[in-house]
Amino acid sequence: MSESDYIQTLSAVIEEANATQEALQILGGNSKSFYGNKISANTLDVSKHIGIVDYEPSELYITARNGTLLSEIEEILEANNQMLPFEPPHFSPSATLGGTVACALSGPRRAYASSMRDCVLGVNIVNGKGEYLEFGGQVMKNVAGYDASRLMCGAFGTLGVLTQISLRVSPKPHSEITIAIEINQREALENMNAWTQTQLPISATYFNNEVLYIRIAGLESTTKKAHQEIGGQIIENSEKFWNDLKNHQTDFFRTEKPLWRIIIPNTTPGLPINGESCLEWNGGLRWIKSNENTQQIINLCKKMKAQATLFKTNSKTKDCLASINPNIQKLHLNLKTAFDPKRILNPGRMYSWC
Amino acid sequence: MPNRSEIPTLFSDCLPKNNILTSTETLRPYECDGYTAYKSLPLAVLLPETTQQVIDIIKTCQSESIPIVTRGAGTGLSGGAHPISNGILLNLSKLNEILEINHELQYAHVGPGVRNLAISDAASEFGLYYAPDPSSQIACTIGGNIAENSGGVHCLKYGLTVHNLLEITFVTIDGELITIGSECYENPGYDILALLTGSEGMLAIMVEAKVKLLPKPTNKEVILAAFNKVEDAGNAVAAIIAGGVIPAGLEMMDNAIISAAENFCHAGYPTDAAAILLCELDGYGDSLQWEIDQVTEQCNLANAVSVHKAEDADEQELFWKGRKSAFPAIGQLTPDYLCMDGTIPRKHLAHVLSEISNYSKEIGLAVANVFHAGDGNLHPLIMYDANNLGELEKAEQIGGKILELCVSVGGTITGEHGVGIEKLNQMCVQFKREELNQFERIKESFDPTHLLNPGKVIPTLQRCAEFGKMHVHHGEMPFKDLPRF
Ligand SMILES: Cc1cc2nc3c(=O)[nH]c(=O)nc-3n(C[C@H](O)[C@H](O)[C@H](O)COP(=O)(O)OP(=O)(O)OC[C@H]3O[C@@H](n4cnc5c(N)ncnc54)[C@H](O)[C@@H]3O)c2cc1C
Ligand SMILES: Cc1cc2nc3c(=O)[nH]c(=O)nc-3n(C[C@H](O)[C@H](O)[C@H](O)COP(=O)(O)OP(=O)(O)OC[C@H]3O[C@@H](n4cnc5c(N)ncnc54)[C@H](O)[C@@H]3O)c2cc1C
Repeated sequence: MSESDYIQTLSAVIEEANATQEALQILGGNSKSFYGNKISANTLDVSKHIGIVDYEPSELYITARNGTLLSEIEEILEANNQMLPFEPPHFSPSATLGGTVACALSGPRRAYASSMRDCVLGVNIVNGKGEYLEFGGQVMKNVAGYDASRLMCGAFGTLGVLTQISLRVSPKPHSEITIAIEINQREALENMNAWTQTQLPISATYFNNEVLYIRIAGLESTTKKAHQEIGGQIIENSEKFWNDLKNHQTDFFRTEKPLWRIIIPNTTPGLPINGESCLEWNGGLRWIKSNENTQQIINLCKKMKAQATLFKTNSKTKDCLASINPNIQKLHLNLKTAFDPKRILNPGRMYSWC
Repeated sequence: MPNRSEIPTLFSDCLPKNNILTSTETLRPYECDGYTAYKSLPLAVLLPETTQQVIDIIKTCQSESIPIVTRGAGTGLSGGAHPISNGILLNLSKLNEILEINHELQYAHVGPGVRNLAISDAASEFGLYYAPDPSSQIACTIGGNIAENSGGVHCLKYGLTVHNLLEITFVTIDGELITIGSECYENPGYDILALLTGSEGMLAIMVEAKVKLLPKPTNKEVILAAFNKVEDAGNAVAAIIAGGVIPAGLEMMDNAIISAAENFCHAGYPTDAAAILLCELDGYGDSLQWEIDQVTEQCNLANAVSVHKAEDADEQELFWKGRKSAFPAIGQLTPDYLCMDGTIPRKHLAHVLSEISNYSKEIGLAVANVFHAGDGNLHPLIMYDANNLGELEKAEQIGGKILELCVSVGGTITGEHGVGIEKLNQMCVQFKREELNQFERIKESFDPTHLLNPGKVIPTLQRCAEFGKMHVHHGEMPFKDLPRF
């Protein structure tokens, strides 16, 4: 189907849904159904809209249709010695670009490079009224109108169906090594936070089971120099180690217990929550497996200026994503109305009230 | 609608008498921002000193339906802070307190009136700095930077304002105080922080911000490469980046700017070159030397006539001084100039520059070019004399053509200066009707009564229709003598 035929069909489906007031559930690779709220609505399968539209290594961007597999994008970047700086997790081979942007999750490099949101240069969407809109573009600097592109990141498809996305890409480091240091959590936090104030070329950190893992990126001679400064043992298979971690293929994530994703100021000491935990992003992202009372965990996190998401659980409750203040909720609702006045797109997928 | 004499009484509960300016002499300095082509006096200038005063003012304005234009330092170049004759100008320059420098979490918590450079100055005792550095950083405020999503030399590597913001506190048109963002790496929900960044005072009034601080690079080098052809310099830029180097800064100047800047501050620029590149590199260990080698090689491959690394910190500073004084230097050559601001994909640099030179010849005004080459962000400076009848219109005509050219090669009508009143017409070129409508609905979800900076950024549909007709008349502006806002 040609691009304009595709857009026309998609617009017609959404206009029809407006007319009948029947909501639509946008589906990419459906690899992420565990995340966010479940909703019941007619399925809108957007996974067939695929293909890389434009990629210019010297311009540092890639443009692709929403259904393009993340793996395909990463492959072509790799061949040109480039990468997505936010290192997106993709747990299943079916993960699509649209779903990745809609969920806006970033991987291990986040604390050192960019977040998913920081990499979006432009998006094309069909909004809840069925209108085809192009925002942003392929250039890094652009302040014409409001930044509607970044608004789509992490919106779980509640503001529009993404049809095409342009992302900023970066050169890949020459090499990366990972070193491991046996250390307790307090010392690990102190070290990680001290290193952020230096020039050390660290590209990821992870702490679990009394071991701090530090990934260093750069020329071989610079990684050697940084290793000498930091100390510790080089581990084998650095790439697989971080891939398994970001894709939750490690032992820590094989669990029946509720899994919490906690975003917190990175200097905060260990949280008094019963359960096993691990730390990423210099302590700014903490995963905790805990059977403790849900509300208690949420309240405790609030007190510590942290945001708690019940990432995975067997007994799914509503609104597992980190909560939002009531005055900001109001702005969310206004924006939802501005893009999707009849609440056709993924209503309740992100929060039951939106 | 109140008249000027009623203003002091109307706002007497909000702020002290001395902070309310209504006489013509005291209003005169505020009749425009850095976009000086059009001038008008506001109803009054209000100078709050506290957030509570801002809230009280907004509530009064809302109940009396008085439009509000917010102003930082007034260095904006697109007329964003241009006053409205029946509205107040809310000057936030007195909210200039640095509330906290947190070196552990690496942020600065500041009022909106704090100057950009003052943040780095305050952070320097911890070895930290604030990366986005517009050339106006000595004067412009962080509130203005957020409202414009300002960029600068270091944005290629370290990002724009939006990438360096952690949290903002703003007042809505209802007088509500809301904080969005946090000291964390991520925040839940829609990215309202990004939406407000670059929103040009149209959605809310920023009253506090937490901005990210970075460790000051310990080692840096600055390279000056000279070229006989502008095209060669453009090719060098693409090759440097494709080769895997992201410089801390990568700036280009054409011959007109080189000569003007050299005259102005004797930076040691080769005045016979058609273009120069200034490239700053910083890095850890050997990677700095690797980058220097790469950049040197790519410039040589692109036919550079000379590639010179600054000898020491003094020479580095001198090289940058030349670049940073490009605007005042041009100001000495011409009574007036329009500073344009478009972004293009870098690969079109040579084509766009030669087209600009054609427009300049065709219409008969000189254009000098200085830009953030690494980002593809152009700043053509169109020189004119406002005292010569018709020259402003000619300058605007060239400017409009340049912006449309940027859009036609896949770029945008503004990279960092904003739309304001200056680029309202070109918004109709870059966006179609449905997109402008969507912007309008975003605006209304924050400011349904259109009291915040009315008439800016989003053109009315009627305006687009008129602008469309204008094309038929070979770019001649209808109602030439009417102010364009
Ligand atoms: C930390 C983490 C853990 C994860 N764990 C798992 C796991 O255990 N198992 C697993 O299978 N996957 C997991 N995933 C991730 C997932 O594989 C990827 O992130 C993926 O890209 C989701 O893409 P999708 O196409 O499968 O999205 P989908 O699951 O199809 O959709 C995800 C969301 O995006 C919306 N959406 C999709 N396409 C569009 C579009 N074009 N426009 C607008 N909205 C759209 C959907 O409506 C939905 O709200 C995890 C991801 C992260 C970051
Ligand atoms: C010589 C020179 C060089 C420049 N170089 C650069 C450059 O390199 N990069 C760049 O990006 N810009 C540059 N500029 C443009 C300008 O300095 C920036 O746009 C700057 O961010 C404006 O800040 P200000 O405090 O002067 O804001 P103002 O001009 O006072 O206001 C700008 C806009 O922001 C709004 N605003 C201001 N404060 C607030 C607030 N607290 N809340 C809500 N809205 C607010 C105003 O309503 C207006 O729309 C330059 C300007 C000059 C004169």
